[in-house]
Amino acid sequence: MKTHIIFGVTAVVLIIAFVFGSSYYKGKQAEEIGFMARENAELFVRDHSQTLGSDDAKVYLVEFMDPACETCAAFSSFVKQMIVTNPGKIKLVLRYAPFHDGADYFVKILEAAKKQGKFWETLNIMYKSQPYWASHHNPQPQKIWQFLPKAGVNVDQIRRDMNDPAIVKLIDQDLADAKTLNVRKTPGFFVNGKPLQTFGSKQLLQLVQSELDANYPNPN
Amino acid sequence: MTHQNQKDTNWNILFLCWLLVSVSALGSLFFSYVMEFAPCVLCWYQRIFLFPLVLILAIGLFPFDKKVVKYALPLAIAGWLTAVYHNLLYAGFIPKSIQPCSQGVSCTEEYINLFGFLSIPMLSLLSFSTIVTLLITLYRRTSK
Repeated sequence: MKTHIIFGVTAVVLIIAFVFGSSYYKGKQAEEIGFMARENAELFVRDHSQTLGSDDAKVYLVEFMDPACETCAAFSSFVKQMIVTNPGKIKLVLRYAPFHDGADYFVKILEAAKKQGKFWETLNIMYKSQPYWASHHNPQPQKIWQFLPKAGVNVDQIRRDMNDPAIVKLIDQDLADAKTLNVRKTPGFFVNGKPLQTFGSKQLLQLVQSELDANYPNPN
Repeated sequence: MTHQNQKDTNWNILFLCWLLVSVSALGSLFFSYVMEFAPCVLCWYQRIFLFPLVLILAIGLFPFDKKVVKYALPLAIAGWLTAVYHNLLYAGFIPKSIQPCSQGVSCTEEYINLFGFLSIPMLSLLSFSTIVTLLITLYRRTSK
């Protein structure tokens, strides 16, 4: 009987240590990133970053995304919905984290489309057509071209613009920032410099809501 | 030493071994799910040999079964060999070009470095070495 107790107590202690260790580590990490957000806001928003929403917004939602990432596509309408339901209060900042093999190809197309003022239209088309070109077993990046005209862009111009070496530099910068901020999966969210600690739409909504409450105490 | 005392010591050795295996398994989960380090292929092989030990050793504890060594030691040795290979690769003794993980996560990427020598592959090697030593000790004691 004694041995059963020793075993049981040890197992419980191990599990408790794991759970507490996890929350302690996550808390420390959030603190550290919060410090970086105060000291080095550039890590979160670069001059080249595409943004959506009012410049006066007090809640900055930074998303590290990959055009070839299914979860990013699934989250995009949810994120837009949050911005629409809180007009003028949330600003979305998109950062590139093309972790999928060959995903930088799509970032280049996005950046070229940006020059034509069609960034969001193109991203929307990309996300919608993603199942056709981003199959994990058989990625076919060339298939994106048949969908691009739907975004209202000049496709020939995109083919020329996407080879701009400045785009490669910009991707490298975003990837470097992602590494500094410990983003290893996409989408990676930060709300006013606070990382989303456990992934999920509910958790993201909670984090955004807590920042909205803190920055807009009197709802009008 | 009485017979009962010897039996207690054997149980304690196996328990210690189970404890080490469990801490190692939880540690590897901590690295990948809490610290979000992506595990490389070799790390997965070592886990394949490590994780079953958590259950096999626990079963051997209740009631104490000296035959548990027969089932656990092959897994532990396989894990130990993989860990040795991983460390040789990590330290650069084996050229990187023949490593089995050219795509995905590099097996030589340095995630942590404690006290200047404790990398994750080194932690694995130390853990497997101790597990193998404990199991062999147990085998010697029980086969007499």
